[in-house]
Formats: sequence, structure tokens, C-alpha cells
Amino acid sequence: MRRVVVTGLGLVTPLGGDVETTWANIIAGKSGAGPITIFDASNQKCRIACEVKPADHPYGFDPNKRVDHKVQRQVDPFIVYGIDAAGQALEDAGLLEMTEAERFRAGCSIGSGIGGLPGIASESLVCENKGPSRVSPHFVHGRLINLISGQVSIKYGLMGPNHAVVTACSTGAHSIGDAARMIAMDDADVMLAGGAESAICPLGIAGFAQARALSMGFNDTPEKASRPYDVDRDGFVMGEGAGVVVLEEYERAKARGAKIYAEVIGYGLSGDAYHVTAPHPEGSGAFRSMEMAMRKSGLALSDIDYINAHGTSTPLGDELELGAVRRLFGDAIGDLSMSSTKSAIGHLLGGAGAVESIFCILAMRDQIVPPTLNLDNPSAGCEGVDLVPHVAKKRPVKAVLNNSFGFGGTNASLVMRAL
Amino acid sequence: MSETADRVKKIVVEHLGVEADKVTEQASFIDDLGADSLDIVELVMAFEEEFGVEIPDDAAEKITTVQDAITYIDEHKS
Repeated sequence: MRRVVVTGLGLVTPLGGDVETTWANIIAGKSGAGPITIFDASNQKCRIACEVKPADHPYGFDPNKRVDHKVQRQVDPFIVYGIDAAGQALEDAGLLEMTEAERFRAGCSIGSGIGGLPGIASESLVCENKGPSRVSPHFVHGRLINLISGQVSIKYGLMGPNHAVVTACSTGAHSIGDAARMIAMDDADVMLAGGAESAICPLGIAGFAQARALSMGFNDTPEKASRPYDVDRDGFVMGEGAGVVVLEEYERAKARGAKIYAEVIGYGLSGDAYHVTAPHPEGSGAFRSMEMAMRKSGLALSDIDYINAHGTSTPLGDELELGAVRRLFGDAIGDLSMSSTKSAIGHLLGGAGAVESIFCILAMRDQIVPPTLNLDNPSAGCEGVDLVPHVAKKRPVKAVLNNSFGFGGTNASLVMRAL
Repeated sequence: MSETADRVKKIVVEHLGVEADKVTEQASFIDDLGADSLDIVELVMAFEEEFGVEIPDDAAEKITTVQDAITYIDEHKS
């Protein structure tokens, strides 16, 4: 099997329109949460979210940098975020100029959990109130999940595999894992891989609130709402944005003198086969996903320095994940650090696994692990684990594990190491 | 320039994201302004909304330039 490395990164998050701004804010312990401003949420049970900030904000996102005006008008925001993050990653990797032969071997695997829900909701009202003849001709392809990969391939001329994962909140991690395998299996030499989401709309917030998944007790103190592992946590805070990495076959990356951030060495996948929204009560799926990723990596459990947890801040999920980590790692759990960056940027759903993989990579680059914000009083069962409360921590980070779990009982884990 | 022409050009600039000075009467939506067939469907819908006219599909197919749109609207608006 061919080796696969990461040579480019791109981020659009509630804490920045690019990688370095986001990361600086994450390490500084800032929160991207606030009252919902995208729509009037006054009649919602949950009235807070981690929104991507406008261009004039100190850590805002400017869509005009990489996305054509016409495309912006036609597509849902998740596609705009995805195109921009993919562009950032290609620029970072120095791969904007590829020959046609290289572009035949370069593809996209950028997914989303939900896709264009805001546009589906608003256009359904147009159809109902004004009639079918007023529905936009761009309605369908402006909302489809695979249209990030579609748009990116057209913009940058990438003619290799064109793929889009849809596995709820595991999407980003599955996208990277699947794309890495495409390179390992010789289907492509370069893949843009990741996920994007933007479902902060009345229907999206109401739907997750009705499913009892969102935090509803911190509407007046939004920055305190996402508090993984804390006794007072009461659900996740919806985030939005995108994360995309450039994956590249190792020999090719080395030969062109590329900056190599990390090697993807382990990928695990599993299903809970238990419940549509609740995690398996023994964390069975989470355990088997991590176990598979570790086995494929060839590393010893004690080699893992940092785990970026799924850790959504829901009452059930956090402890079950931690329990599964404890069972798998045994005594080695005392030597690693584990945090949830969802405490800072909320839950990016289909984007989460990719964004958090990038945080893992940056933790290795800078030898610092990001904090779990708001962890004032850890739940019972958190003893003996460094959950990096409140402030980032300098420490050696040579190998990392990233977990993502989604509705439907779908689990993905990635192991990466520095070279 | 007629009032219709002004409003048509404004819609074209907004929908296609092109510079206003490129939107001349002679400009072809596809050849000069970078539109595709779906963009024209969307433009026609925007003209219908703006001017309160109905542009049937067979008439819409004949609208290929900015002037075609202005002429059709001037002939049919109430």
C-alpha cells in the first residue's frame, strides 16, 4: 500500500476565515459562540450558535476571496465554505499549477452531513407560496452535498475521483479516511478531502432541538454552553464552516519538496447497530472504530500523545466516548492529553471531523494541545485523564487520534503522526 | 437610455456578477457575459418578477442579448 501524507490545510470556522487565525484563537481559548444572528431565533428553544463571522469581523470570513459572485448567489453557504477551504488547502500545498496529467490523478472527497438545508427550507416556501415556476433553476445543484466536490473540481480542473461522504457528524473523518485509501490503492495521487456544514437556520435549529441534542440552558451565556465533560453540560452548540486537507502520495510529495504536515497511518470505521441518535451504552462502536484505526497504524497505544475527542457536550455521549478510550488505552491513558475543541467552535456536524483533524495536525506542528473550554467540574468518570481544561498545554505531540461519531450509529477514527 | 434598459442591466449585473460597463445592449448573455442556459432561465424569471410580465419558454429561448430582453419587455409590459 502506498503511503499518504497531508501537504495542505484549509479552514473556515467560527473563529477564523483561515487556518492560522482559527488556530491562534483556539490556542488562546476563545469561543466562537454567540446569539444567533443569521435569523430571528426568538421563538426557538435554542437561540445560540457558533456562526462564521462576516468579513469585517476581526476573525471573519470573506467569501469574495475565492468564490465567484455568481456561484455565491446560486449555492448554499456550506458549498461556499467548502470551496474556500479547498482553495486554501491547494494554495498551502503549492498545487494550484498542475499539469493535465497530474490533474487526471487529483480528485475531491468533500462531504457534508446535511447539505443545503437553509436553501431547501426557503425554496420550499417559494414553491408553496409563489408556485413551481418561481423555483430557482439553480435550486437542486446549489443544495446537493456532492456539489462542493463538483464545484471544486470545476474551479481547479481536478479530474480524478469525485466523491462525497454523507455520514452525519462522522462525514469529515470518513472523507479523509476514504480519500487516503483512494491514494493508497492507487486510484489517485492527490485528493482534496474534508467536510463542510451550514445548517444554522430555523428548521435546522428546531430539528436538532426537538431531537434533544442542542444545549438549551445557556441562551443568555452562549460562550458557556459548549462544555464537554463538565457536569452541567446539556447538549451541543451548532457550529458551521469547513475543513479541507490536501492528501498526497508520500513519494510524490517528497519528490517535489512539499511541506509535509503529517502522515495518515490509521483509519477505523464501525457501526453501533443500536439507535438512531443515542450512542451505544457501552461505547462499543466507538471502541471498535478506535481499535481498528490503532491496529492499522501499527503504533503502540502509548505512542498516542493527543486525542481530539468527538466530545460534543451532550450528557450521554461524552462519558461513553471517554469510557471507550479508557478501555482501549488502559494504563496508557495517563500519558496522553484529550480535549474537545467543540467547546470553542461548537459542533460543525459534517465539517467537524475534518476541522478537528487539522487541529490535530497543528498540535503536532506546534507541540501544543488545544483546551477544553468551560470544563469547570468534570463529570464522574473523568478522573486520571488530562482533558486540558480551560488553557492550551505545551507538550510533545508526535502522534494523534481523532474521533467522530454520527447519528445512525456511524463511527470513524483517524490516526496520524508527524514525520 | 430607457428606464427598462436601466432596470434590465441592473438585474444582469446582479445575477451574473459582471461589470456594469460590459452590459451593453448588444451584449450576448452567453458569448459576452459568461452565462449558461440555467443562468438565462434565472434571468428571465427575474425579468418576469421585476416587470410583471410573463415570458413563455418559446419566447425566452429567443432572448439571447440584453437588447432582446429590453425589446420583449417594452412590447409586453402592461
